[in-house]
Amino acid sequence: MRVEQIAVFLENKSGRLAEITRVLAENTINIRALSVADTADFGILRLIVDKVDLAKDVLRKGGFTVGKTNVVAVEVPDRTGGLASVLEVVTEAEINVEYMYAFVNKSGSDAVLIFRFEEMDKAIDVLQEKGFTLLTGAQICSL
Amino acid sequence: MNWQEIETLPRCGLESIQLRRLQALVYRIYDKVPPYRAKMDAAGVQPQDIQSLADLRKLPFTTKDDLRDNYPFGLFATPMEEVIRVHASSGTTGKSTVVGYTQADIALWASVMARCLTMAGVTRGDMVHNAYGYGLFTGGLGAHYGIEALGATVIPVSGGNSRRQVMIMRDFGSTVLLSTPSYALNLADAMADAGVTPDDFQLRVGIHGAEPWSENMREEVERKLGIKAVDIYGLSEIIGPGVAMECLQTERGMHILEDNFLPEIVDPDTLEPLPYGETGELVFTTLTKEAFPLIRYRTKDISRLFCEPCACGRTLVRMEKVTGRTDDMLIIRGVNVFPSQVEHVLMGVEGVEPHYQIEVSREGSLDVMSVLVEISEHIFSDEIKVLEQLSRKIRAELKDMLGITAKIKLVEPRSIQRFEGKAQRVIDRRKI
Repeated sequence: MRVEQIAVFLENKSGRLAEITRVLAENTINIRALSVADTADFGILRLIVDKVDLAKDVLRKGGFTVGKTNVVAVEVPDRTGGLASVLEVVTEAEINVEYMYAFVNKSGSDAVLIFRFEEMDKAIDVLQEKGFTLLTGAQICSL
Repeated sequence: MNWQEIETLPRCGLESIQLRRLQALVYRIYDKVPPYRAKMDAAGVQPQDIQSLADLRKLPFTTKDDLRDNYPFGLFATPMEEVIRVHASSGTTGKSTVVGYTQADIALWASVMARCLTMAGVTRGDMVHNAYGYGLFTGGLGAHYGIEALGATVIPVSGGNSRRQVMIMRDFGSTVLLSTPSYALNLADAMADAGVTPDDFQLRVGIHGAEPWSENMREEVERKLGIKAVDIYGLSEIIGPGVAMECLQTERGMHILEDNFLPEIVDPDTLEPLPYGETGELVFTTLTKEAFPLIRYRTKDISRLFCEPCACGRTLVRMEKVTGRTDDMLIIRGVNVFPSQVEHVLMGVEGVEPHYQIEVSREGSLDVMSVLVEISEHIFSDEIKVLEQLSRKIRAELKDMLGITAKIKLVEPRSIQRFEGKAQRVIDRRKI
């Protein structure tokens, strides 16, 4: 129950994000979710897209450094305490979150939380055990 | 003969001293230093062939490569029992350039340094603030012994902690400042920050070397510190500070202490000696050093020599301020840095590509070195902390190798320009 995510290295100079989104658009690749992590010197763009391998390919051809990693997508009801309920479980299991981001799906009733855990397998087991809905890449793209 | 007599001898008198010393040196190194003997044999020159100073050109040159090939002590001309100190400076790769001194060499060094201080008007009554770094670098200790030999008071403050330095200079009544020119400007900033002005100090003269500086920078140092600023030249291979010095009277150029260090200017391409007044690479032969004598050492510094008499009365040849290098060596905060050293460090880090660039700029009065490293897919990660660890690791290893802290900039692949021939590894934005 993992989702493939693309990570792109962003040098600290103007126009880089615009360039990436332009390349993706030209290849009719749809971005489902994204987050940018930044430091004073560089950034990392993380993307969930509908055509992972194509996206990786075209970005690489465009001169970017691209990596592919697995993340976990958890669907929770879009209401107060939704995120807290997930974090409570992972905290109890003593699993560290490396990073996370979230989006609300179009229907508006659910939110999708994207997690990168230090121990991915353990996290998946714990979350499934507690009855959380984990989405696949295909499910995210069909939302 | 005392200093004053030597420094004011007619040229022919000085040249006869030089020739006598050169001949003794050549016999000694031919006898004692096998690599020199091998080079002289290969060049078909024997010690007895040196009959005049003009015969100097028959001798082979010595380069930093020779020092590296004989690392660490292979070019020493005395047994190690007689060596009482070593210093080291940057080599072009992982190995430093090592120099050694006998008891007599240390005394010689103190005396040439004392003579340099005298040219700047320093006397026994002075309080000398020595902000050159103490340690393997020759600047701090070399100046230190010269100040003591002269009989002035030395404050061995070394580099760093500018606020405290300002307090010491004011409270101790320092009259002379020894530092790199950029550190002098740094101290001027620290003074301004502390809300004190040159009037609060007794400073009279600054002796600045170990890095290139312009006339503009001299004016800035003089204005901000309210002192007369003079230039000193030296390099560890030759002895350290104390090779050449500006006197207070001269309009241009540093007097070379020629009775000990025989200068030549050569064309860096043909290696033919050039006459006075022409610009080329500065070459030195040490006439009086025991442990680590050098024959025709190519300094890679670009300068000119001129021998018009000076208003101060000295007949010693003068060298123009060094205007550049014939190699790619950088001087950053007084520290010699070769791009090849940076490359050596980067290539030792797992996954780093051989594409890098060094940018040097000056922020305020401080040199800043940035190293641009391309991020390949091998080392890229979706986690910030992994990339930050990488830049910390590179920074730490550069610091170990060079002794200075560099900024590490991670950049996209292929963003550093590729070159067909020799890569342009260095972009120096400093306006010196």
